[in-house]
Amino acid sequence: MALLEVRNLTKEYQRGSLFRRGAPVRALDGVSFSIEAGERFGLVGESGSGKTTTARCVLRLIEPTAGEVWFKGENVLAAPRPRLRELRREMQIVFQDPWTSLNPRLRIGDIVEEPLAIHGIGTRASRRNRVAELLTLVGLDPGWRNRYPHEFSGGQRQRVGLARAVALKPSFLIADEPVSALDVSVQAQVLNLLIDLQEQLGLTCLFIAHDLRLVRQVCSRVAVMYRGRIVELARTEDLFTAPRHPYTQALLAAVPHADPDVHPTPVPFNPEGVSLEATMAEVAPGHWVRPAEPGAKPGEARPDPT
Amino acid sequence: MTPLLEIDRLAVGFPAHGRMLPVVHDVSLSIGERETLCLVGESGSGKSLTALAAMRLVPSPGRTLRGSIRLRGRELLTISEEDMCAVRGAEIGMVFQEPSAALNPVLTIGDQIAEPLVIHGRAGRREARAEAVRLLEAVKMPDAAARARDYPHQLSGGQRQRALIAAALACRPALLIADEPTTALDARIQAEVLDLLRELQAQYGLALLLVTHDLGVVARMADRVAVMYAGRIVEQGSVRRLFTSPAHPYTRGLLASMPGTGKGRLAAIDGTVPDPASMPPGCAFEPRCAERLPVCREAVPDLTSIDGDQASRCVHAGGRAH
Repeated sequence: MALLEVRNLTKEYQRGSLFRRGAPVRALDGVSFSIEAGERFGLVGESGSGKTTTARCVLRLIEPTAGEVWFKGENVLAAPRPRLRELRREMQIVFQDPWTSLNPRLRIGDIVEEPLAIHGIGTRASRRNRVAELLTLVGLDPGWRNRYPHEFSGGQRQRVGLARAVALKPSFLIADEPVSALDVSVQAQVLNLLIDLQEQLGLTCLFIAHDLRLVRQVCSRVAVMYRGRIVELARTEDLFTAPRHPYTQALLAAVPHADPDVHPTPVPFNPEGVSLEATMAEVAPGHWVRPAEPGAKPGEARPDPT
Repeated sequence: MTPLLEIDRLAVGFPAHGRMLPVVHDVSLSIGERETLCLVGESGSGKSLTALAAMRLVPSPGRTLRGSIRLRGRELLTISEEDMCAVRGAEIGMVFQEPSAALNPVLTIGDQIAEPLVIHGRAGRREARAEAVRLLEAVKMPDAAARARDYPHQLSGGQRQRALIAAALACRPALLIADEPTTALDARIQAEVLDLLRELQAQYGLALLLVTHDLGVVARMADRVAVMYAGRIVEQGSVRRLFTSPAHPYTRGLLASMPGTGKGRLAAIDGTVPDPASMPPGCAFEPRCAERLPVCREAVPDLTSIDGDQASRCVHAGGRAH
């Protein structure tokens, strides 16, 4: 059974001014996917495609307009507040920006302890031990617990964010662009830590990124978002070797390669020529595509640009 | 033949703890006509500062401490500020990372592209406006004449970067310095802007000094590459050699840190970049290096030539085979 199942998630924002209502904007439009227990599932797309909105709606950090989010067989969107609080112990998030996602006025030990204290777990002394354990787990010296976030580098802060996220022993972790603000060598360190934690703690992970290279490295399945919808969903290797949707094909063609002899030819993508109305169709086992034109069959597989 | 731009033993410093702390050490590079040199490194490596120093734009209180910067053989570090102003924009164009920060929000795009032409006395106002539209067409701005009348906030990020490139090219410089020009853009737009830069380079006979942290951009654009670490060039050579036989352990580590080539964990470099105020005595990479020897702690190794095409600042360079 899937650990998380998202069905027809929709989020509308009211446009207009104080005096006049405009037409609502659909930030998310019928987003559906499911994540198996223990899986690393990727969500990719460009800025504004709805990746982060999806993450926030799943955790009900913002309230979706319509749809369902089933977590371990329970509808998160229908959960009353007290129950939602309990559910959040199991569903955690790491944010993109390690400079703004940690309270600058709290010591890092307190930042990591906060979720334990809020949920009333353990005594003050046992929480202190747990914080030391968590800091060690993410590769930080427990002796640094009294330091403030500004004393740490971006990579170290992201480790603090990870320690806070796993403090409550969640079963599900959303990592929203967890390494995009970091340098290449630090990015690799944090990515490795995320993979280690996921495997050691048996986490199920929703990994959000705009960089397709990261998703290819980390995830077993991927969904591609475009203008608030999923246009393609497949096993990572299938998506990268045989993308079917014209938008996915254009995205993949733009991925920079670590080989000066590869000169990728740009794949033009014409947004006007693409319909988002059709329902997803399964073109190969586990490979879902939204037909680009109404009534048309999903495009032919393109060879991998590599 | 004299290279177009020659930087020789450049050092840049910032005041800290009551003294001038060098953050760029002993950087020597040269760029030939129509050539693309990529300066690659992580934050704090000194790559942007080197590019700024080449324009004599090191932000105060920082200062160029020594070295030489020659454009077509002419020393730029000793000329008057007035003469330097005539070089900036006219002979060397510059494009920055954040296009929204580099554009003036209260001037139209057309006026901003026309500005350098007027300032450098290349054209009158009316003529310069017409040229601005032609430049916008050259950078493939859709509906150029209408966009010239727009203000920066009316443009997308990719269009703003095109407008900045148009402004940088207005006076037909021989060299364009671009500092992370596509980092803030989505992948598809990034690829378009990089392709545009290559086309413009051919069309205008431009040399390009491209500062980037992304080895994917390097692979796509560079003829030659200089890798910087902790203020020094640690490896320099042709782009092909860099990717097929990287010589410096740091370069190898960076390549191994690139995601998307495998699955799961990456072969990351352990540790962090040293603080400029407490640099290791020898090689700055020694504390993180898997191939360190006792000798690495004694002195900063020289940038040693491996063959005509590649040099590495490592005690292993030129000696032991890797």
